[in-house]
Amino acid sequence: MARKGVVFACKLLLHGKGENMTISETRNGESITLSVEGRVDATTSAQLQNSILLAFQKVRDLVLDFEQCEYVSSAGLRALLIGQKTAQSKGGQMKLIHVGDTFMSVLKLSGFDSIITIE
Amino acid sequence: MVKARFDASIDELSRVIDLVNETILKAGWSDALLPVMDVAVEEIFVNIASYAYQTLPDADKYADITIDAEDDRVKIVFEDEGIEYNPLLRDDPDVTLPAGERKIGGLGIYMVKKSMDGVTYARTDGKNVFTIMKKRTD
Repeated sequence: MARKGVVFACKLLLHGKGENMTISETRNGESITLSVEGRVDATTSAQLQNSILLAFQKVRDLVLDFEQCEYVSSAGLRALLIGQKTAQSKGGQMKLIHVGDTFMSVLKLSGFDSIITIE
Repeated sequence: MVKARFDASIDELSRVIDLVNETILKAGWSDALLPVMDVAVEEIFVNIASYAYQTLPDADKYADITIDAEDDRVKIVFEDEGIEYNPLLRDDPDVTLPAGERKIGGLGIYMVKKSMDGVTYARTDGKNVFTIMKKRTD
């Protein structure tokens, strides 16, 4: 009875001292959306990177939803750059949605706004 | 003015950020300014935690952080006794390259320079002393 489109959603809860980020994965046909909640910093960015790379093993197109994300430091940019390079090598696409003001200014300062698709 | 000593360990990052945010808010700043400060503070603290004592296994691995939040500006000083390293001497990354040619190295310190109103480095009494300053805009 599953509705067409959303195939599954799962939560990968991170653990450990001071780590405060949750990534929820939703698959919609040939695309995966990763909803990032909490803070992407030096202690959590590796987990974001892993989630991005795992998603690209399953699909070609990835959406990263930052609506529930309060903070992204430069450590998060590494994960995004690796994601973008992976998307290009697979002929797929990576897209960021619901990017907040501060994160947007980080993306602009680093010139990432010109290499990553932001909606 | 608030001064605190932290272990130079990435596990301390959230405590460092909490202290910075608390101190800035107590000085009457708007919380809208916090993420910009947090990005810069994280960059510098994580650099110290990751590299300052890398070749000094027997050192007391610490970072002293002094936060001086006034009405018109906030100044944060980071001190460590790690190896001498001036991150400001690093070449700026080319932020106009396409993704395939981008390298991540140097991006963090570049963003600190761009987002702060003042950034200085000094080697004083065997310590790296790195200072960031942000003027109040709210």
